Amino acid sequence: MIAVKVEVRTGPRWAIILGTNLTPKPSVFCMFYPSNVSLKFLGPLVLLLLGGGALSPAIAGRPDSENRTDNAGAQQVAQIDKMIVEVWEAYQIVPSKLATDSEWCRRVFLDIIGRIPTSDEATAFVVDNSNDKKQKLVATLLHDDLYTEEFARNWTTVWTNLLIGRSGGTTNGSMVNRAGMQKFLRDSFARNKPYDQFVHQLISATGTTAPGDENFNGATNFLIDKVNNEKASRATAATSKLFLGLQVQCTQCHNHPFNDWKQQKYWEMNAFFRQSRAVGRGMQAGMGNVATLTDQDFAGENGNNFAEAEVYYEMRNGLVAVAYPVFVDGTEIDRSGYVKQTNRRQQLADLTIKSPYFSKSIVNRMWAHFLGYGFTSPADDLGPHNIPTHPALLNYLGQEFRSHDHDLRQLMSWIVLSKPYGLSSRQNKSNVEDDPLLGESPKFSHFYLRQMRAEQLYESLIVATRGAQQNQSYEEQERIKNNWLQQFTTAFGTDEGGESTSFNGTIPQVLMMFNGDMMKAATSTAEGSFIDQIVNSNMSRTRKIGSLFWKGLGRKPKRAELALAQSLINANGGDFAEGLRDMWWVILNTNEFIFIH
Amino acid sequence: MNHSPPRGMNRRHFMSHLAGASAMVGTALALGQTLRANAATMGKNQKAAILLWMGGGPSSIDLWDMKPGANTGGPFRPIATNGDVQICEHLPMMAQNMDKVSIVRSMSTREADHMRGRYYMHTGYVPNPNVVHPSYGSVIAHQLGAQRPELKIPSFISVGGESEGPGFLGMAYSPFSVNSNGRVRNLNLGIAPDRITNRMQALKMMESDFINQRRGIAAAEHAKVLGKTLDLMSSRQMEAFRVEKEPTGVKERYGNTNFGRGCLLARRLVEAGVPFVEVNLGGWDNHQNIFNTLENNKLPELDRGMSALLEDLAQRGMLDSTAVMWMGEFGRTPNINGNTGRDHWARSWSVLAGGAGMKPGNAIGKTNEDGSRVEGQSYSSEDLMATVCKSLDIDLETTFTSASGRPMKIANSGKLIEGLI
Repeated sequence: MIAVKVEVRTGPRWAIILGTNLTPKPSVFCMFYPSNVSLKFLGPLVLLLLGGGALSPAIAGRPDSENRTDNAGAQQVAQIDKMIVEVWEAYQIVPSKLATDSEWCRRVFLDIIGRIPTSDEATAFVVDNSNDKKQKLVATLLHDDLYTEEFARNWTTVWTNLLIGRSGGTTNGSMVNRAGMQKFLRDSFARNKPYDQFVHQLISATGTTAPGDENFNGATNFLIDKVNNEKASRATAATSKLFLGLQVQCTQCHNHPFNDWKQQKYWEMNAFFRQSRAVGRGMQAGMGNVATLTDQDFAGENGNNFAEAEVYYEMRNGLVAVAYPVFVDGTEIDRSGYVKQTNRRQQLADLTIKSPYFSKSIVNRMWAHFLGYGFTSPADDLGPHNIPTHPALLNYLGQEFRSHDHDLRQLMSWIVLSKPYGLSSRQNKSNVEDDPLLGESPKFSHFYLRQMRAEQLYESLIVATRGAQQNQSYEEQERIKNNWLQQFTTAFGTDEGGESTSFNGTIPQVLMMFNGDMMKAATSTAEGSFIDQIVNSNMSRTRKIGSLFWKGLGRKPKRAELALAQSLINANGGDFAEGLRDMWWVILNTNEFIFIH
Repeated sequence: MNHSPPRGMNRRHFMSHLAGASAMVGTALALGQTLRANAATMGKNQKAAILLWMGGGPSSIDLWDMKPGANTGGPFRPIATNGDVQICEHLPMMAQNMDKVSIVRSMSTREADHMRGRYYMHTGYVPNPNVVHPSYGSVIAHQLGAQRPELKIPSFISVGGESEGPGFLGMAYSPFSVNSNGRVRNLNLGIAPDRITNRMQALKMMESDFINQRRGIAAAEHAKVLGKTLDLMSSRQMEAFRVEKEPTGVKERYGNTNFGRGCLLARRLVEAGVPFVEVNLGGWDNHQNIFNTLENNKLPELDRGMSALLEDLAQRGMLDSTAVMWMGEFGRTPNINGNTGRDHWARSWSVLAGGAGMKPGNAIGKTNEDGSRVEGQSYSSEDLMATVCKSLDIDLETTFTSASGRPMKIANSGKLIEGLI
């Protein structure tokens, strides 16, 4: 039997089949087929094409690729539902009703592609009567070329904030090239790079940070600011926290009282980064910040110990201890400081993606992204002191994610099609206590109200002002967005690279929504503006008013709201456009608009 | 509060379509009226606190608790002051104002991670996954701001940084952040007051509708913040932010730096009645090259701004009612590392506190010869918080109820710092 791995990538009417590990070289097939043909039929076809006849049954049996369009991971969804329901039953909670179609649709757009649906998109979903319309919408948002760019943009934003922060590359002394980081992320998410590969590249990256350089590798931007100073403490902390959900930074200086991790472990993890070196080349015309991340032979802190290159740290009792690279699970690697003999970051990347913490931490992060809270709080702390709310589910999803090629899109699909994600945010008598804001651990028996992130709001306002930003390049759009975001961001300037945002629900945010330039543009009545287009369309007056509600809130107006709009028109002396303008301003300022609900 | 009757056809017509005026509309109405100024000095004798927050963890062993001669002592020399203490030679202007504050040299805490330390020093509680505690500013805004209905600008203002949040007290007590120029963005709606009123009325109706659908606390919080924003937009008190209006001499005394301007802004805000102002000065995370950074960069900026603030408050008779604190998330290691830096150190360090009746000019507590240990009684974040609350006449028996119904004592039941009060 030949060991073989087959990967199938599909579009609406095509599939690419990659067969790897075939001797003597990998095979690639591209085929076109009618979109109504189920991928189930492809299995035998693949066997036929590969011609061996003696191939592993794993080819035909792999569930991941087939499930994508016909049952979208029904098995995983059912398992999530089962394990979530068990907890409801244990606590005698009756879950909320299902969210309305418009609520669900708005949620999915915001969470998957980072903006509200347009009125056309919202209406199309609501009027669709088919039973599998949710599956279809999710598949479209995840896989249709129409949405690839927005999908990639959204996840690029999420991961930029995680990897380098909202202020990374914008402050003095930072070597980060923001555009370079985003280029790497955008490519990764557009191509649906498997998550293990993605993380491996981030941890082990070498090359130049800036696009345009011949050695460009955007992944270097993650570590470029984190390896030089303070014995690479930021690299140690960020890598452990982001990819393993382990907060080792608390043990840098001493054994932490609330944490099982010991100081020794911190420095053993730290030792993996000590061959790494960032060399800045300053600002260069047309490229911005340019820097290079490399690995160099490490002589140990003693300076002459290449064979067993060590790091030292001071314990609280003043004694000095020594550490060599050892992974958190106790796996030791060769102590050599010579890069040719042992590339420490490569080794760390290999060990990281094999760790059970690795898959659990991404599952927890994604769950928190979609449901508002992870199975632990904070979501990036999976340490032994922090017991998850649904440990079996977390383990299960971690294993499924791993056995499905670390495919983020499948994971997203499982989560958004699950029962808890589909529930209304309206509470009932029995689940009003199920609210993490009340200090309760989440049971996910209703959808938890949460603010849009600053970037989601920005992109949603762009939808609402469609036309204003059409002709700029991607980079230019990102630059404008970033300028806008900076008003809400403050970097702490500490060795952890912490920063905070004044965005969520604060007075500056409300002022921006009342009076900001974007809002002025969104509520303009000038020629060609959104309101102008509506006023001059052929719709009835009622439909015109209704379209504001569809556009902003993804739903039709209630009767009282139509009356409200009429009052605003009357208050403007009957001026229809000015009345709509007031109504539109009101809609965009409501809690219903600004919350994901 | 008195509101003039509705004016104008449009407005009357509009109101006839809608039932029930609201607090929010009342506030909006104020925009249409002649703004009645509240005296800019109304806050003069009201209690207030100013926190000078040194983000990154300042090296108190080099500033306030010097160890000349010890191998941990560093190169700086101590100098005499007008208080009963010695401080660093690079703080000469503070040396002339040490009769206004005291040094607590016996702080001993356990959080040596920036985020945890920030949280702990701002709240008196260690981080807990199940509850978010309110920070200093939110607690004091809640206690003092609530008694000041005439105050239309936020009762917790953070200058040049974000401070920490309101936790379970809710978004209405969150810090309002401005930069040291006091510039507040997006203040002007650019439409007629009547029209603002109409919009606000319609907004209120839609907000309530959503809130009444029982979707959790956050929806109602949003409506509260809308109200606060309107208050602020319509208030003459916004003048307090215009730090550029100060006489040149005063501005120069505070220093032409973000921190200096921030301190001056803090004085103006306290004068306007704001009960809590935090002024941020970052850049203290000196793992390397610490002495050069301190001598040439951090200390001159700190010295000028902080001494000016203390002097100014004293001259205006405001120091008796205004507590001033200086601290960061922790101190720095007595041990000097291989990069001529000092690392994080929480076990023995110093903070400053004074004003509002706290005893000035002293050093409270002491550390051992090399500064690595507190000798005798040590103090914590909650002790400092309790002491400052006491100085502001806030009852230490005050108990908050978190959203989950869990009772939490103000300042986490900290004990008063002896010798400070």
